[in-house]
Amino acid sequence: MAAAKRPALPVILLANDLLDGDVVFAAGDANGLHWSRDPGAALVGNDDATADRLDAFAITELGNQHVVDAYLVDVAIEDGVPVPRHYRERMKTTGPSIRRDLGKQAELPLAQAFLRA
Amino acid sequence: MYRYDEFDERFVRERVAQFRDQVGRRLSGSLTEDEFKPLRLKNGVYLQLHAYMLRIAVPYGTLSSKQMRQLALIGERYDRGYGHFTTRTNLQFNWPKLRDIPDILDLLADVEMHAIQTSGNCIRNVTADHFAGVAQDEVEDPRPTAELIRQWSSLHPEFDYLPRKFKIAVTGSEHDRAVIKAHDIGLRILRHPDTHEIGYEVIVGGGLGRTPMIGKVVREFLPKADLLAYLEAIMRVYNLEGRRDNKYKARVKILVHEIGTEEFSRRVEEEFARLDGPSVNADPAEVARIAAYFAPPAYETLPATSGAFEAARAGNPDFARWVETNLTPHRQPGYAALTISLKPIGAPPGDATSEQMRVVADLADEFSLSEIRVTHAQNLVLPHVKLADLFAVWQRLGEAELATANAGLITDIIACPGLDYCALATARSIPIAQALAQRFADPVRQKEIGVLNIKISGCINACGHHHVGHIGILGLEKRGIESYQITLGGDATENAAIGEILGPGLAAEDVPDAIERIVSVYLAQRQAGESFIDNVRRIGLAPFKAAFQDTNREVSHAVA
Repeated sequence: MAAAKRPALPVILLANDLLDGDVVFAAGDANGLHWSRDPGAALVGNDDATADRLDAFAITELGNQHVVDAYLVDVAIEDGVPVPRHYRERMKTTGPSIRRDLGKQAELPLAQAFLRA
Repeated sequence: MYRYDEFDERFVRERVAQFRDQVGRRLSGSLTEDEFKPLRLKNGVYLQLHAYMLRIAVPYGTLSSKQMRQLALIGERYDRGYGHFTTRTNLQFNWPKLRDIPDILDLLADVEMHAIQTSGNCIRNVTADHFAGVAQDEVEDPRPTAELIRQWSSLHPEFDYLPRKFKIAVTGSEHDRAVIKAHDIGLRILRHPDTHEIGYEVIVGGGLGRTPMIGKVVREFLPKADLLAYLEAIMRVYNLEGRRDNKYKARVKILVHEIGTEEFSRRVEEEFARLDGPSVNADPAEVARIAAYFAPPAYETLPATSGAFEAARAGNPDFARWVETNLTPHRQPGYAALTISLKPIGAPPGDATSEQMRVVADLADEFSLSEIRVTHAQNLVLPHVKLADLFAVWQRLGEAELATANAGLITDIIACPGLDYCALATARSIPIAQALAQRFADPVRQKEIGVLNIKISGCINACGHHHVGHIGILGLEKRGIESYQITLGGDATENAAIGEILGPGLAAEDVPDAIERIVSVYLAQRQAGESFIDNVRRIGLAPFKAAFQDTNREVSHAVA
């Protein structure tokens, strides 16, 4: 992770769960981080210190074999919700645009907030 | 159809047990992702955007009804009730959980299927003409050859870590329906012009992706018996001299291009002469054993026409239209091969629900000697249907939304999964296909336009074969938005050609208008009976480019 250029702040950390592949988000607070399946729960790194914590959590969790493909994603805050700036990562946090009945958009109201016209 | 012998059965079962152990070690943490990734890829398991994906091999696109039912069951039990048929005639499930995959592989092994070598730098699932054994223009059924290659290439120790993936396709017909010239190796079964002996034309170095190339003939006639030794010679030259320093230059097409066809052929012939042919080539008894599985089925002796069929056709215009587009003449009198379109207007190309898979399996049992084919165009085929049964089959297909009359027409669009699912994609493909299908949905208009292949890829890797589409569409990212590049004049048949780019990329919403303009040029300029691709060849790209630029100007103006 250290070698990759960090995206612009603010950022969230996402990954895929090792067991079932589902997209997960680093959530929590100053007391600790955990994985949530709800993008609305993602902890937003608004400063370098939080982004560093998210980075460190990614490295630890990859090593712990809990997740795969963990990386930071730059987001915009829209209506209080962190929405990835890039369309690829937006797709990853919602589900296929051609099947709104599948993926997070089908299960989680906050993921639906990520859908843009 | 081929049936596993005890060796095939043991091989697949052992592989499932091995992978179950590997998954167990991954889940317990004793294998890292870096260690596990090459192992899972060798078993067809990818990590996509939303989930894992399992790619299941359908060797040379042939499925039994029993196998189709098992795929339906897996889709229902372990996925989301549907699967996606691909341009390599494989089936992909988009939502399996890693912990379930060993159980899925066991279910596949129960019906003589697996996911081995559907990924990784090895010889991939061998494809063939989907009308194999049926086509009227066929010299010989390509499936025994494809099956022989499947057996030879499965876990071949020398070719397990090639510089890059390697794809082989076989056709037994003059008319190429297997895109053999866009494969690493394409084989065409033919008769020697003088001796009339059956052998192979061997084509090497075709491929799409980042650097599209049409394959070159390296051997005009190879005796059948020498097949495996000759393939081994090609693979050795490639394995030794193919580039491993740059993955974008690692396919055999780059080697053939860099050293030239003549020099490549010389090296292959040299290696071929050095090889101990008899020890490599298949035992004739084994070749005969394999071929026997593909002997023509027990057809009934029927008249060449059917009164009931003709009456149904005369009395039902929708049926007549479907017959016109989705039927292929059969070599056996009184039978036809029918294409089941997986391209209902507005649906994702190549997707089939578990219910639809069961309908197809039932129809195959009742009407097509339990056999089904998967086509590289992401459709299915019932290869042996009696003419007299066609109306009943069509009605049943219609009830399952499987009777779209568009095979080969403008709405029979190939599209890769694109960014809706794929981690490699740079743009979405399926929504473009849906928008185009809706734009051109009118059956009268589709018929007027005639044969026109649109092929869409969501990235440069070209799983959607866009380079060989009459109209190709490539989705890219341009300054943070999806952008679509249009190519024209590609051809996937024996007249294979790579399409040329028409102009700058377009936004998704502008693609249907651009295609409309291209089609308008054709309709305005075609001669009587001239197909779209023949028209493009005759009048050249200039009129199409001019029309395309008009679209572009309008779009720029609107944006400004």
